[in-house]
Amino acid sequence: MRTPDLIRFARDAATGNPLRTSLLVLAMAIGVAAVVVLTALGDGARLYVISQFSSLGTNLVIVLPGRSQTGGFNPGNAITSTPRDLTIDDAQALLRASAVHLVAPLAVGTSEISYGGKLREVMVAGTNAQFIEIRRLKLAQGRFLPDGDWRRGASEAVIGAKIRDELFGAESALGQLIRVGDRRFRVVGVMASTGQGLGMNTDELVIVPVALAQAMFNSNTLFRILIEANGREAIEAAKAQASEIIRQRHEGEEDVTIITQDAVLATFDKLLGTLTLAVAGIAAISLAVAGILVMNVMLVSVTQRTSEIGLLKALGATGATIRSAFLTEAAMLSLAGALLGYLLGQGGAALIRQLYPVFPAYPPDWAVFAGLGTALLTGILFGVLPARQAARLDPVQSLAKR
Amino acid sequence: MPALIELSGIERIFYLGDSEVHALRHLELSIAAGEYVAVMGPSGSGKSTLLNLLGLLDHPNTGIYRLEGRDVTTLSPEEQARVRSERIGFVFQSFHLVPRLTAAENIALPMTLAGIEPAQRSKRVVQALKDYGLADRASHRPDQLSGGQRQRVAIARATIMQPAMILADEPTGNLDRATGEEVMRLLEELNQRGVTLIVVTHDITLGARARRQLLMEDGELRHDSKVKI
Repeated sequence: MRTPDLIRFARDAATGNPLRTSLLVLAMAIGVAAVVVLTALGDGARLYVISQFSSLGTNLVIVLPGRSQTGGFNPGNAITSTPRDLTIDDAQALLRASAVHLVAPLAVGTSEISYGGKLREVMVAGTNAQFIEIRRLKLAQGRFLPDGDWRRGASEAVIGAKIRDELFGAESALGQLIRVGDRRFRVVGVMASTGQGLGMNTDELVIVPVALAQAMFNSNTLFRILIEANGREAIEAAKAQASEIIRQRHEGEEDVTIITQDAVLATFDKLLGTLTLAVAGIAAISLAVAGILVMNVMLVSVTQRTSEIGLLKALGATGATIRSAFLTEAAMLSLAGALLGYLLGQGGAALIRQLYPVFPAYPPDWAVFAGLGTALLTGILFGVLPARQAARLDPVQSLAKR
Repeated sequence: MPALIELSGIERIFYLGDSEVHALRHLELSIAAGEYVAVMGPSGSGKSTLLNLLGLLDHPNTGIYRLEGRDVTTLSPEEQARVRSERIGFVFQSFHLVPRLTAAENIALPMTLAGIEPAQRSKRVVQALKDYGLADRASHRPDQLSGGQRQRVAIARATIMQPAMILADEPTGNLDRATGEEVMRLLEELNQRGVTLIVVTHDITLGARARRQLLMEDGELRHDSKVKI
């Protein structure tokens, strides 16, 4: 039998019993849709967490003063129990490392900000021009701090969106003089509003050059040093090089902690990836159930069409022809179900995205292929038994049946 | 010229529980090409079993069946299917049309199964529809056809592969006398054109039309109008 004829014959056989066919297609569709929607949820959760972390900046390495270690005796601790502070010089020295792309020192404190008789408490961050790039922040107006000597700096400040609203209202903030603590700064830029997010909220932040911030707080220490590595694969090298440079500058003592965002991210990635897999596995059970349904329906179909099978044999159909006719039918039903389920699943995922716009509920490609593949495979696999049964029917007895 | 059909020492035994039923007993039969044979006998006499055997739908327990000089009892199921497809046409009492297919598709079915090109298929179907007076019924489904039309579709289907013989099992059993007469006339016309026609019936008048009558009883050939047993 020619393949187009085989397909047409199987299609006619399938559409000859619409109720049976639609039930079967529906069962298969539900299974595939479950896989697509559930993996979309699982992968969406993973992407959501990753995007939240990435908003802190990518390829980020953070240097903290102080060694966080549990147990063990460090001879250095016996002499000086307090760790050395991180200084601007330390931060500048890190620029020598080959794996390091950008460095931003960060000094943090709270102070008062006043303008036009309005006064409020603010978080002041002292940093340099690279900060905005490392943290992937955006400006709403004006410009960021200028690049220059880290130990000096013009009296210029960049303020958060909420501070701008509160102090200036409808007025233009750019070029205005504000007072922070006992110093006067000219507002040169306004940060874009970031809304909710992990980490520091820049909406209520005043950013000034790091040297001025240190002078304001009367200290020469840094709260953090933010490093952007040259690339994702350079993160470990950057970490090692930064550690080595700081150790040399601190008389051979490892008194800083260096964390990479990547390590945290990788853990979450793995955790949520596993969750997605598990969810997909659970959804796949419904596909197996659908497969058993395919078998049952095809077996009933063989029984109902016994006399037709006998006739086909009398007309010269071989066992192989009859087997492939039934297998083709099972495969077509599974395929139709899988496609319908795919559309339903994508529709469901789109609905979730519509309802929760921050949640990127896109089914991963592997899950879509696995879902469609499993549906086809179970359909065909469970179609083999009925097809073989049909091919083995005795033509004489089959023809005698009405 | 060798006989079209040669049966020698054919036995067919069915096992029903513990008891053995001899559907066919030491059958010796020879049918030449172009013959018109009626197989008659009461129910259970083995005439349908004989027809199934001739049509390669059933296998003898012992004995040899030669079709056109070739021993077909030892062929593989695939080869037997091929012989059925190319050399044998069946006409059944209950027509056995596929209900979801149109008259034209039903007629084309043996060619579809044999993998013949669609272009050639439709050419032969159009000719067959014309020959059997079904031209205006081509796209009707069996339930939209009368009994006589259905049997004409079945005959068209049986002859579409130009077989050497037509096996008809009570072809007029489900038809009224007039339609039955028309169907028999069609079958006899085919025979006049050289197709071997073997009709199973228990209708004596119908059997009498054949040039050769076989009478079956209890699985044995009791009477052959051509050969004295």
